Amino acid sequence: MKRANLTRQRLVLLAMLGGLLFSFPIVGLVDGVVLGLPAGYLYLFGVWAALILMAARLSEGGR
Amino acid sequence: MFPTAIVVLISLAYLGLLFAVARFAEQRAAAGRSIITPSLYALSLGVYCTSWTFYGSVGRATSGGLSFLTIYLGPTLMLLLTGVIVKMIRISKAQRITSIADFIGARYGKSYWLAGLATIVAVLGIVPYIALQLKAIAASLGILLADPAAGQGFWPTLAITASLAVFTIWFGTRHLDATERHEGMVAAIAFESIVKLLAFLAVGLFVTFGMFNGFGDVFSRAAALPGIERLLGLEAVKPVSWAALILLSGLAIVFLPRQFQVMVVENVDESHVRRAVWLFPLYLLLINLFVLPVALGGLVHFQGAAVNADTYVLRLPLSQGAEVLAMLVFLGGLSAATGMVIVETIALSTMVCNDLVMPGLLRSTWFSAQNRRDLSGVLLGIRRAAIGVILLLGFIYFQAAGEAHALVGIGLISFAAVAQFAPVVFGGMYWKLGTRPGAIAGLSGGFLVWLYTLLLPAFAKSGWIDPGFVQSGLFGFSWLKAQALFGLVGLDEISHCLWWSLLINAGLFAGVSLATRPDADEAAQAERFVDVFRLEARGGAPRLWRGQASPEALVALLERFLGAERAHGQLAGHAQARALSDWRRLPADAAFVQFAEAELAGAIGSASARVMVASVVEEEPLGLDEVLDILDEANQVRAHSRELELKQAELEAATGELRAANARLQELDRMKDDFVSTVTHELRTPLTSIRALSEMLYEDPKLPLADRARFLGIIVTETERLSRLINQILDMAKLESGRAEWTTSSIDVGTLVREAAASLEALFNEKGLCFSLSIAAGLPPVLADRDRLTQVLINLLSNAVKFVPQDGGHVWLSVVSVEDAVRVSVRDNGPGLTADECGVIFEKFRQGGDTMTAKPQGTGLGLPISRQIIEHFGGRLWVESSPGQGADFMFTVPIAAPDA
Repeated sequence: MKRANLTRQRLVLLAMLGGLLFSFPIVGLVDGVVLGLPAGYLYLFGVWAALILMAARLSEGGR
Repeated sequence: MFPTAIVVLISLAYLGLLFAVARFAEQRAAAGRSIITPSLYALSLGVYCTSWTFYGSVGRATSGGLSFLTIYLGPTLMLLLTGVIVKMIRISKAQRITSIADFIGARYGKSYWLAGLATIVAVLGIVPYIALQLKAIAASLGILLADPAAGQGFWPTLAITASLAVFTIWFGTRHLDATERHEGMVAAIAFESIVKLLAFLAVGLFVTFGMFNGFGDVFSRAAALPGIERLLGLEAVKPVSWAALILLSGLAIVFLPRQFQVMVVENVDESHVRRAVWLFPLYLLLINLFVLPVALGGLVHFQGAAVNADTYVLRLPLSQGAEVLAMLVFLGGLSAATGMVIVETIALSTMVCNDLVMPGLLRSTWFSAQNRRDLSGVLLGIRRAAIGVILLLGFIYFQAAGEAHALVGIGLISFAAVAQFAPVVFGGMYWKLGTRPGAIAGLSGGFLVWLYTLLLPAFAKSGWIDPGFVQSGLFGFSWLKAQALFGLVGLDEISHCLWWSLLINAGLFAGVSLATRPDADEAAQAERFVDVFRLEARGGAPRLWRGQASPEALVALLERFLGAERAHGQLAGHAQARALSDWRRLPADAAFVQFAEAELAGAIGSASARVMVASVVEEEPLGLDEVLDILDEANQVRAHSRELELKQAELEAATGELRAANARLQELDRMKDDFVSTVTHELRTPLTSIRALSEMLYEDPKLPLADRARFLGIIVTETERLSRLINQILDMAKLESGRAEWTTSSIDVGTLVREAAASLEALFNEKGLCFSLSIAAGLPPVLADRDRLTQVLINLLSNAVKFVPQDGGHVWLSVVSVEDAVRVSVRDNGPGLTADECGVIFEKFRQGGDTMTAKPQGTGLGLPISRQIIEHFGGRLWVESSPGQGADFMFTVPIAAPDA
């Protein structure tokens, strides 16, 4: 139970971090073209993938 | 293009495949080997992605750029709050909750009204969304057949609707499950999730790498289009709309009836959530990866042509003659639409049946007339009818709306409707003071605002109703303009609706809740919801029921609604859990009544179950105060047990201390006994010889003078020894009890040592020993009692003298200064001490030498007394010695502090 709670709290923190990174004004700072792709496209998918990776490690690693 | 027959055949074959998957899953479930794995659970959540995602995302991307992603970012974040989701699952399992409406109704005292209201909100919110799926299927069919009529015609769409209804009925209501779980349906949904993902990835790869040369090519060629900047960047996005959509979709992933169904009701194991936390967001990411490239590819390819962007996914492959791919895309879209329709209508039909129809039915005269008949068939019938009616409503809405505006933004309108559940659900899960009136006020307030600011304006735009209330406000009041309520302008319609509806919803919920008092049922349910983890950890909720029940009546009730076979199965399970071999012997106690009510709740909803159980048992109603008392008692018991635990720990600690103290006391007692017996013994030895000699002198007057003198000499020595012994015992007692008198002063140790040595000179000469004295120069003064310190020195010196051999003995006395003390050492060349002896020599009445053979030479108190004295000065007395090497007794006395 204790272990599960710790994992849950870490996930909540991750959700807050995600909320921050997916919100203005931070999202609005991303601009231009990187590697021939729109920076916004790269940024959103990049942050999203990173969140998923961290969630997987936290959630499945916490058993 | 495809002949109609082929497309219909392939579609039917695909649906047949779904049947097979579902059937396989159900057979495995029936055999007790469920195929529902954590990954399958996560995939089943993919029912979130409807045809609105499959076809509509591309359309949204062509107009709003990256903002279509918000619909998937919200769920990603929401799933990270696993604590909330797991709590919802736990509550639903404990209460046999089968729908979101039931969840809300159950929380607020198993209320008909609230569950019914939630059902109405859900149905009104979702029916247009179902219409959207019908439209998507019809439209994609029309494109595939290159026959727009097929996409709009009355009969083709009715046929689609009807087959979906049959399909859904088969999936969802083949039998009445006690927990409303449909493993076959879940497996089929997960399968459909895979199909739609593969189809979309296939078309994405086809467009990006087949029609274009990779991502870079798509983006660079699209960049040449006029006005495309807006779609590629995030600058044009409105921050408020962006945040509102993330919030809205985050709420939708929990509160859409189909999501609640797969996430909570169909969950077989809480631990599956751990997988869903990341696998479902990963699914969303993958299915969205190619949305923007496909949208841009479509814009580039269909430049200037009037092609609906919602159809790019299907039209792009077709434009290249990739018919097989187009067929796959069609099946993907079909998967997305059917998955949504099946789960959503099953969820809604459960709600309609349990929370709208049953309450009326149970009060009707028809029901009374059907007394004792098995009603499980009737229940199934109601649900099947509900599925048909809901789909029919969707069909009618679709027919009425056609291409009208009312279909376009419908996904978000539905989201906003179910978002109204958020305050009462979250409030109900974490706040015990929420009451039924508060929940009804909040939910209906939010619902009305949603209706006025979002749904009715959508109707108005379609020209179904007079748009006056949108353009100039209701009754001409401009502050009542539907999409600029109270003059709030500058927001898009979704943000505007969300702001006002959630504000009024949450405000009314909290305000009215605090202004009203819960009744007994509400208070009990609040406890069971909010404290679900704590109650389970303690072995279940307190039994809040009192009355008289007959087991027969309860069993009959279960048989009526579950069917005899199923009822008996559940009863047997319950009996087994209570260690009874036969359910017929179950006592009709509170536990049995609660079991029966929970089982019924799984079948007919918690509010109806409450009413039915109440109708067959004689309940003594518990008042609010009584319920609060019981809950309080439970709290008190909890507090008491915690207190008891603490007390017990304290007691154990005290017992340990006492035991140790007792052992110490016994040891001291033993030491005292030893001391007394040793003292007595020591006193008796000289006394015996004195008495013997005195008697001889007394009885024999003719004793020769020489003998007399010798005897008297011995008597004198023995008397001296006796008095010395007594003095030392007294001294020891004084020292130990702390009653000794000390006169401390600053002393020069060198002088003191010299004086002490001088006073013993006669003794040294008598023994014929060689005495060496060395005193370091410039010794600092020490703070001590002069007489006592002399006593120690003389004791040590006379000990040394005692043990050195006659003639040839040597005693060394040295005084040196070490760190912050003066050290005095008295060394001799006597027989020395073994390591053991070094330890015990300072104990009382331990004598050096062999006490068994030789006559004792001292009292055995000298060293213990010396040690007491030195320790009193803050110094240390010890001995270093080994057998044959002499002994070196040393002590230190700390030097006086400079200011002393």
